[in-house]
Amino acid sequence: MIRQIRHGLIAGLVAGAILAGFAPASFAVRPDEMLSDPALEARAEAISRDIRCVVCQSQSIEESDADIAHDLRVLIREQLKAGATDDQVRAFLVARYGDFVLLKPPFEAKTALIWIGPFLLLLGAAAGIYVFYRRVGRRETAPLNAAEQARLDSFLQAHDDHPDDRSQGGAA
Amino acid sequence: MRRLLFILPLIVLAALTAIFVLGLSPNRDPHAIDSPLIGKPVAAFAAPALADGQPGIADSDLLTGAYKGQVVAINFFASWCVPCRAEHPLLKKLSSEAGIPVLGLAWKDKKEALQGFLDELGNPYARVGTDENGRIGIVGFGITGVPETFIIDKQGVIRDRIPGPLSDELITTQLLPLIKDLQK
Repeated sequence: MIRQIRHGLIAGLVAGAILAGFAPASFAVRPDEMLSDPALEARAEAISRDIRCVVCQSQSIEESDADIAHDLRVLIREQLKAGATDDQVRAFLVARYGDFVLLKPPFEAKTALIWIGPFLLLLGAAAGIYVFYRRVGRRETAPLNAAEQARLDSFLQAHDDHPDDRSQGGAA
Repeated sequence: MRRLLFILPLIVLAALTAIFVLGLSPNRDPHAIDSPLIGKPVAAFAAPALADGQPGIADSDLLTGAYKGQVVAINFFASWCVPCRAEHPLLKKLSSEAGIPVLGLAWKDKKEALQGFLDELGNPYARVGTDENGRIGIVGFGITGVPETFIIDKQGVIRDRIPGPLSDELITTQLLPLIKDLQK
C-alpha cells in the first residue's frame, strides 16, 4: 500500500516535471527594465529570447538572472529606444560576442553542416533502406534439390496428421 | 563495393569516437569562444581615473597618446572578483617579463573598494581606469566577466583576448611569444 502511494507520488512528480518543462520559461526581466512602450518592449523581448546569455550559455538572456544578461537586456532596450532596427541590435551584439551569442546560428559555410546535416543523414538513411530492400526483392532463392524437397514433404505430411492444426483449418 | 558497405559503419563509429574523445580532452575548454574583436582596432572609450589628478585611460592614449606605437595589455578586473586576486601577482610578471605596460580597467567597481584592493595587493598597473557601469567592458570589448585580458598591438589592434585569470603557463607559452612577435 505504502509502496503504491510512493509510486503514485513519483509518477505525479515526474508528470509535474514534464509539464513544467512545457510551461513557458520563467522570465528574468526585472520590472524596472521594461520599456513603457509595449510595442518596443515586445520587440526587446523577442530579440532577447534569441540571444544567448554569454556566461550561462544554454539560457537566453531573457531567461537568465546573470548580471551580464541584465546588462545586455538594458542595452538592447536602449538601442531600440534610440531607433535601431532588430537586425541592427543583433548585429551590434554579434560584433562583440560573435555568432555564438545567437541561439539560432546564421546559415553560412561554417554552419551549413549544422543546418543541413540532419537532412543529409535522413537522405542517407532513406537511400540505405531503398538499396537494402531493392536488393532483398531481387534476390533469387535457389530451388530445393530432390533430397530437400523429400524432407520438406515429410514434414508437411507429419503436420497434416496433427489433429489440432486441422481443426483450426491448418494450412497445407 | 559490398565489403565497403560492411566497413562503413565501422568508419563512421571510428570518426564519431575520435570526435567524442577530442571533445573530452582536458585541453579543450568548451567555454573558450573566439572573440570577433580579435584583429579589430580597439573601440573608442574613455575610462575616468581612479582619483582626481591622475590620468584615466582612453583609446586615444593607445593611438596617439602616451602608449602610441607600444604593445600594451588591458586587464579588466574588479575588487569583488576572486579570480582577479589570484591573477594579481601575475600581472606584474607579465608587465616586467614582456616589457609592456598593463593598463587596468576596473569593471563595475566602486572607487573606494578599488582603492582598498590596490592598497592591499599592490598596484601592477601602469594606469587604472574605471568602468563603473561596465559599459566599456561590454560595448567596447565584449567581455563576459572579469578578469579578462586583451593584448593590443602597436597600431591599436586587439591581438588576443584571455577570458578568465592568467596563469604562469599561459603567460610563458602564449603571451610572451605573441608580445615578442608584436614588438618586432
